[in-house]
Amino acid sequence: MSSNQTPPGAPTRPDPVFTPDAIFFWEGAARGELLGQRCADCRKIAFPPRPMCPACHSVRRETVKLSGRGTVASWVIPRHPAPIGFPEAPIVALIELEEGIRMVSNVIDVAPADMKGGIAVEVRFAPTRGGKAVPVFAPVKGVARG
Amino acid sequence: MARFAAIAGIGQTEFSKASGRSELQLAAEASKAALDDAGIDPADVDGMITFTIDNNDEIGLARCLGAKDVGWATRIPGGGAASVATIHQAAAAVVSGACEVVVVWRAMNERSQYRFGQPMAPPGGGLVNVAGNGTGSLLWCMPYGAQTPASWAALSAGHYMERFGVTNRDLGYVSVAQRKHAATNPLAWFYGKPITLEDHQASKWIVEPVLRLLDCCQESDGGVAIVITSLERARDLKQKPIRIASSAQSIPAEVEVISNYYHADLDVMPEARGVAKRLYERSGLTPQDMQLAMIYDAFTPQVLAQLEGFGFCKLGEAKDFIKGGNIELGGSLPVNTNGGLIGEAYIHGMNNITEAVRQLRGTASNQVAKATNALVSCGMAGAILTNT
Repeated sequence: MSSNQTPPGAPTRPDPVFTPDAIFFWEGAARGELLGQRCADCRKIAFPPRPMCPACHSVRRETVKLSGRGTVASWVIPRHPAPIGFPEAPIVALIELEEGIRMVSNVIDVAPADMKGGIAVEVRFAPTRGGKAVPVFAPVKGVARG
Repeated sequence: MARFAAIAGIGQTEFSKASGRSELQLAAEASKAALDDAGIDPADVDGMITFTIDNNDEIGLARCLGAKDVGWATRIPGGGAASVATIHQAAAAVVSGACEVVVVWRAMNERSQYRFGQPMAPPGGGLVNVAGNGTGSLLWCMPYGAQTPASWAALSAGHYMERFGVTNRDLGYVSVAQRKHAATNPLAWFYGKPITLEDHQASKWIVEPVLRLLDCCQESDGGVAIVITSLERARDLKQKPIRIASSAQSIPAEVEVISNYYHADLDVMPEARGVAKRLYERSGLTPQDMQLAMIYDAFTPQVLAQLEGFGFCKLGEAKDFIKGGNIELGGSLPVNTNGGLIGEAYIHGMNNITEAVRQLRGTASNQVAKATNALVSCGMAGAILTNT
């Protein structure tokens, strides 16, 4: 999709790439749900998603709704080159969820000066240019951990 | 069966921003130079090893060299993590008897033909970064604006830096030391161009608050090749053999190259610890036995992580270790004496290996006195090279 076909105000964020073992994650995000992969046999949650449980080697998987609550483990602001699809430089963060897994995302609704490791965040969803969505995170008001 | 393998020859093209010729020609020129350096007839090459993401085909290169009958060809994953792993796998192949003369190469026009440091949006849609080819895990980064190796590396360093109070200014000591080395290395792109800490601090943000421009390696055009054979055969060749005293790879659970976000403790580099353990156990040597270290330096924080991972200092101490000239020529552990990937060129780690060979031959521009053992690391692989 070239930029001259994009109506003003339409989402510009790149779409996620759907791969067979992670399609549930992005389909869930498009519906506004943060989903994780849990082993249907030993119940271990794994991220990134994978076709076999590393603990018991079962290939039976189930999706579980994640809490959407976590803390910022690490964060950066990519300045150069400007990330494609972002009108303003995003805050990229590694989020550690309550379930004990980490994932890369963005932190929104926060000033860069207020960013630091350990702040408590909760999930939101941001639209992508192709009509999908990805999970992003916003600070939980009045709560800070560190 | 050979007990040890040795580096018998090294070769390279010039390092530039626009080579003006094909990547295959760069690979062929570098390989021929390495074979000439060793004094081996290119027809005798029977082993070929490169990176999975090298664009040159084995048969295409074998055709250029006129290799009569190649009996071993393999490729190694993980981007730059393949660099020292090529030495490990070449040594394993030679010691096992699978082949006798291995050419390892990496040749790239990653400045003039494509850009390693930048994302691209192809006309057909989607978003790619050439440096991440073959690394499926990066699909978790791209929709969030982390679209370059610098952004992936910075995010993996952030937790460590906050915990130990490491600032971007601290990282600058690595850049200043390496650019000092590059300034007196005629092979280096930044020959004659040292920088100060103030220059480092004045350079623009690439990924705030971790990496400035002068924390980043270059994008370079060029080729590097290394010839590995048995120690016995190497003794009869042109150069003093550089023995591979030990070599190792390590891919610990949940570790990824560069987008290294999923292992248990973000503040350590488990792959470097895994490589170090194997290298020291297999060689009987210790960090104190190294006169220099060539450490994969795509970005400055990686140098700190590896200094700790390989036991040159303790966890959290690297920011002090890199100061006071410690990692410069004449310091307790000269690091990246060619200028590294930051100062000399970014041939995906391979030019740091050839510098270790020059040091151990005693032919380096920035020669370390009494260099006997050198550690060469790319995080997920490493080797201890020696002239004894």
